[in-house]
Amino acid sequence: MKCSEFLKELTDYLDDTMDPNTKAELEEHLQWCHNCYVVCNTTKRTIEIYRGSQLYELPDELRSRIHSAIMTKCKCHQNSLEAVESVKDDGVATTGEKPS
Amino acid sequence: MEAIENKVVEPPSEESILVEAARSGNIGAFESLVRRYDRNVFRIAQHITQNREDAEDVVQDAFLKAYQNLGQFQGQSKFYTWLVRIAVNEALMRLRRRRPERMVSIDEDVKTEEDSMPREIADWSPNPEQQYTQSELKDILGKTIQGLPPSFRTVFVLRDVEGLSTEETASALELSVPAVKSRLLRARLQLRERLNKYFKRRDGDSRP
Repeated sequence: MKCSEFLKELTDYLDDTMDPNTKAELEEHLQWCHNCYVVCNTTKRTIEIYRGSQLYELPDELRSRIHSAIMTKCKCHQNSLEAVESVKDDGVATTGEKPS
Repeated sequence: MEAIENKVVEPPSEESILVEAARSGNIGAFESLVRRYDRNVFRIAQHITQNREDAEDVVQDAFLKAYQNLGQFQGQSKFYTWLVRIAVNEALMRLRRRRPERMVSIDEDVKTEEDSMPREIADWSPNPEQQYTQSELKDILGKTIQGLPPSFRTVFVLRDVEGLSTEETASALELSVPAVKSRLLRARLQLRERLNKYFKRRDGDSRP
């Protein structure tokens, strides 16, 4: 296996979504190819570091402000829908009335 | 002869119960969905837009759009995947507004394979992130991911930070599975290459 072929399979290898035969071939390559071993290892660490970094966490204060804004807008939308429905209902009732 | 299939009827998930209640007008149920996913949507939005104010707006707009369009949610995908799709589109729209000079698209396929070929092969120190304070590390990781094309960092954040499966990422971004895999590989390799300068083993580092 060439290093370029190893690289192509790296994502499936790291995600452990490959058939056992290909996996065995890749692991055999890793036994003797130090460069691919380093690339594989440092790529795995890259993912782990980002995953555990808590980069861009939502602070509590901002979270509660955003939350209130969302719910206010949703309630506004709900109220306007209900207003439209009630106008429709009134319209139906009016048009549905038989002249006495 | 027809194959006999054992159909397993799974009980509805807590998420689908909340979605169903929200669709019937229970605003409290929708509020629970907001609480469940607001942190994730914020992280995704900030990774894509790289701007705090834009990320705040994206979270609000994405949830409002989801609420307004709950009737169109078919339930074929998870609600969260559907919400992520809305949030990604909102975030890309904000990015386009802020950088009208640059084409921003999830479909962009930047350069060829060569842009991701490892150039520097250097082993890293053991636990390299511990060489930096928490705020220095966040600064390094933020600056590093900012340098990736938006289409790469979007795939990376959904797949590797948020933990969506490849199929869910493909569905959220309306891309094929091979396209997601190709972008993910290149995003991972480019981030690794860029982090080398901060994390590589220096003379005097003790061997593990």
